[in-house]
Parts: sequence; structure tokens; C-alpha cells
Amino acid sequence: MAKFFNSSIGKKLMMALMGLFLAVFLVVHLSINLLVLKNDGGESYQKAVEFMTSNVLIKIMEVFLFGSFALHIIYGIILQIQNWLARPVRYVKTNHSQTSFFSKYMIHTGLIIFIFLIIHFMNFYFVKLGWVAIPEGATHRHDFYNMVINLFKNPFYSWLYIIFMVLMGFHLHHAIQSAFQTMGWNHPIYTPIVKFIGVAYAILIPLGFAFIPFYVLYFF
Amino acid sequence: MDFTLKIWRQENAKAKGRFETYHVTNISPDCSFLEMLDQLNEQLIQQKQMPICFDHDCREGICGMCSLYINGRPHGNDTGVTTCQLHMRRFKDGETIWIEPWRAKAFPVIRDLVVDRSAFDKIIQAGGYISVSTGGVPDANAIPIPKEKAELAMDAAQCIGCGACVAACKNASAMLFVAAKVSHLALLPQGQVEAKRRVKAMVAKMDELGFGNCTNTGACEAECPKEIKITNIARMNREFYKASLT
Ligand code: HEM
Ligand code: SF4
Ligand code: FES
Repeated sequence: MAKFFNSSIGKKLMMALMGLFLAVFLVVHLSINLLVLKNDGGESYQKAVEFMTSNVLIKIMEVFLFGSFALHIIYGIILQIQNWLARPVRYVKTNHSQTSFFSKYMIHTGLIIFIFLIIHFMNFYFVKLGWVAIPEGATHRHDFYNMVINLFKNPFYSWLYIIFMVLMGFHLHHAIQSAFQTMGWNHPIYTPIVKFIGVAYAILIPLGFAFIPFYVLYFF
Repeated sequence: MDFTLKIWRQENAKAKGRFETYHVTNISPDCSFLEMLDQLNEQLIQQKQMPICFDHDCREGICGMCSLYINGRPHGNDTGVTTCQLHMRRFKDGETIWIEPWRAKAFPVIRDLVVDRSAFDKIIQAGGYISVSTGGVPDANAIPIPKEKAELAMDAAQCIGCGACVAACKNASAMLFVAAKVSHLALLPQGQVEAKRRVKAMVAKMDELGFGNCTNTGACEAECPKEIKITNIARMNREFYKASLT
């Protein structure tokens, strides 16, 4: 077993499974975020936030989620370093092979997501934990609605957020179908469907996230 | 046709290499890339210079000996052909052509454009075979094999071990080569007995030799002269999970 998890394919499988779990989590996260747009002064959104912060099952899932992020990132970095070392002398004329574009920048888009994640934690999760002071305009540590609105009222923050979402889309564009290939799921009929869903996911999820700051900024 | 050539020269494995510029003139468009290099070497010998070393053998696209990273692509700018089958008509008259050796930690340069590809032999030695006593030739169709499986196995068996997949891959990964060999045997009844041991040993050897990890980028598939598909990599992964986890 230890051999399996140390092998190149074993590490990739871990990345793929963790990555897909993160991808499912994004759907849950987005569906809660979209409640911000409901015209009820944040009531439904706050209800959802309360549920997510108090439910025991969600707490357990949270442990898995952090574990997945950590492993995905650690494995991603280890694999990437090994890949760089595998070609100590580079080509002078760079590769002109026909390949999927976004797959070449997974480590870069991944690290950008990681930076975003840190900012994101500073703005919300750490506030909830009490590690970061409650920002102006919010009434208590769980008052995510006012924190969101205040942040998104700032055009600089909102547009940065939107750019981060575009870059996350680049990561996801390659990620979904790649994870299936890694799992050994390649089939003449199903793979084109997986690829289609992967691309649709990579467009729709970031679009959904990015729509919220856009709406708050210009239509709230 | 006339060409300017930028060619990697390196005296031996330890030496520091460099690009040298050469000019060739009056090259027939129907001449192969290696024949063009032959003409350059004739020229160099007449000028009492060391000819350029490059690998080749069959010159008919079946042995897998020729290599060369030409203008940023292994085996040059044609699809589904080896360098020996690449013709000068694929280039523009007067073009500058960059010629580099395969670049990978597991494929060290021996001299000029020749690299040591024995890492592939080591992977095959780890398990890319079937242990049988080789008696007389068995009857054809003594072992029934479904047509589709036979076709897939034949497609995988086309791999000539040239290493273009490693050369093309941004991670210098050997997954396409190993997957072709694993698939070829895993698809056939004769390969079943040793299937689990084989895939584990070959993947372990591949990792040990310092090839990179697959990121499903697909450069290998795009550049393979035998057009081996990455569906074989998915099959190898399945075989690997089956062997490791059951
Ligand atoms: C929203 C969060 C993220 C999701 C949903 C996600 C999802 C995925 C998935 C599904 C894959 C494909 C795995 C495979 O090919 O087998 C992948 C690959 C990758 N991820 Fe992420 N990822 C996320 C964040 C990150 C972060 C923060 C990093 C930081 C380094 C990262 C680095 C990578 C790398 C380097 C790859 C390339 C793996 C490869 O192609 O072999 N990812 N990601
Ligand atoms: S898979 Fe293709 S590119 Fe790789 S060694 Fe075999 S024939 Fe060459
Ligand atoms: S020399 Fe044999 S394949 Fe090119």
C-alpha cells in the first residue's frame, strides 16, 4: 500500500480524487453564495451560513475538505517538482506540440487558487474563528452577509475576485476530464461526455461565483 | 533547397554542449531528413571536421532508433512519422532548422544528438515480456482472441520505443511508452498470468529511473510516430489499480 501511494500513478490518483471532492464542494459553496442575491436582506443566506457553521455532519465534512485541499496542494507541488527535475536541460526551441493549453499551467493556476484561498480565509473563515478582527460594518463574527456586501462594494476587491474566478476556471477546464483519465476512465462514448461536462463545469461554476460581486457592485 | 541548421554538438556525456550553425545547399525536396544530415556529414568530413553523430538504423520507420527534436517537435513537423521518414519538402526553402537531442534526465546525451535510451530497456526488463518456454510455433487461432481485443493489442504493439513521447512531454514522462507495452500484453490472454506483477514492476522501474509524472497533457499522443493513444495510459492506470489495490 505504501508503495502504491508513493508511485507516480498512486499520487496522481490521490490528486484526482481530492480534486474531484473539491469540485463537488465548489457546487455546494456556490449554491449557498447565490443566496446573497435573494432580495431578503440576507435572511436566507445567513440561515444557510448558520446551518453550515453549526451542523455536526458539515463539521466532519470540513475536516475532509481541509485534508483534501492540503493533500491536493502538497501532492501537486511534489509532482511538479519531480516533473521539473525530470528535464534538467531544457530545449532551446520550445515545444510546439498540439496539446491542451490549460494543462500546461496547472501548477500556476493552482498556486493562484491557493493565494486566493488565503485571502478568502482572512476575510471570512478566520473572522469566524476569531483570529481576525470583525471588519467594519459587520455586527458579529458570523455576520457573513454584511462582510460579503461590504467587500463586494469595493470595485478593486470585486474585480480581483472576478479575475481569480477566471483563473480558477482555467484550472478546472483541464482538471475535470484529467481526473477521469487518471482514474482510468477513458471510453469511446463516455469520455467525450465527461469532457463536455468538465468544460461546462469550468465555465458555469466560476461564472456563478463571479456573478455575485458583479451584481453587488453594479445592481445592489 | 537550402537550409541553415542550428545543431547541438557535445563531445561526450560530461562535456558542455553548444549549438553550431551549418549551411547545406542543393538539397532535394524528396530527400529524407537523415539523408540531408548525411550530406552535411560528407561536407564536414571533406573539411576534416568531426561529423555529427545521430541515431538511425532501419530508415523505414520501424526500428525506433532515429530521434531528433526538430524545431520544437520530436521527429519534426509531420504527424505519424519518424525522422527517417520526414522529408525535406516539409520545410520551407531557406528555413533555419533547430536540431536538438531528446531532453530528459533519464535519457542522458552520449554525444551530439545521440542519447542513451537504455532506460526503456530497463523498463522492459522489469516485466515487459511473457515467461514461456519457446517451443515450436503454436497453431494460429489455437487461443481464440476477440477481434476488438486483438486490434487494440496490435495498436499498442506498434510502439517502436523511440522515446518521442518522453521528448515531447513537458514532464519527460514515459507513461505512453510503458502504457503501450502494458496494454499490449494486458489485452491478450497470454499476458494475463503475469499481469499484476508486470504492471507494478514496470511502473516502479519507470518511477525509479527519473521519468516525470503524467499530467494528461497529451503531447505524447500528438507526437508519437506510431499514433499510440492515451487511452492506453488510462488502461495502464486501471491495470495498476487492479494490481495494487486488490
Ligand atoms: C478549487 C480548488 C481546486 C480544485 C477543484 C482542483 C481540482 C483539480 C483536479 C480535479 C485536478 C485533476 C487531477 C488529475 O489530473 O488527476 C487538478 C490538478 C491539479 N491541481 Fe488542482 N484543484 C484545486 C486547487 C488547487 C490548488 C490550490 C493547487 C495548488 C498547488 C492545485 C494544483 C494542481 C496541480 C499542480 C494539478 C496538476 C495535476 C496534473 O495535471 O497532474 N490545485 N486539480
Ligand atoms: S509510445 Fe510512440 S513515441 Fe513513445 S516510444 Fe512508443 S512509438 Fe515512440
Ligand atoms: S531509423 Fe528506424 S525508425 Fe527511423
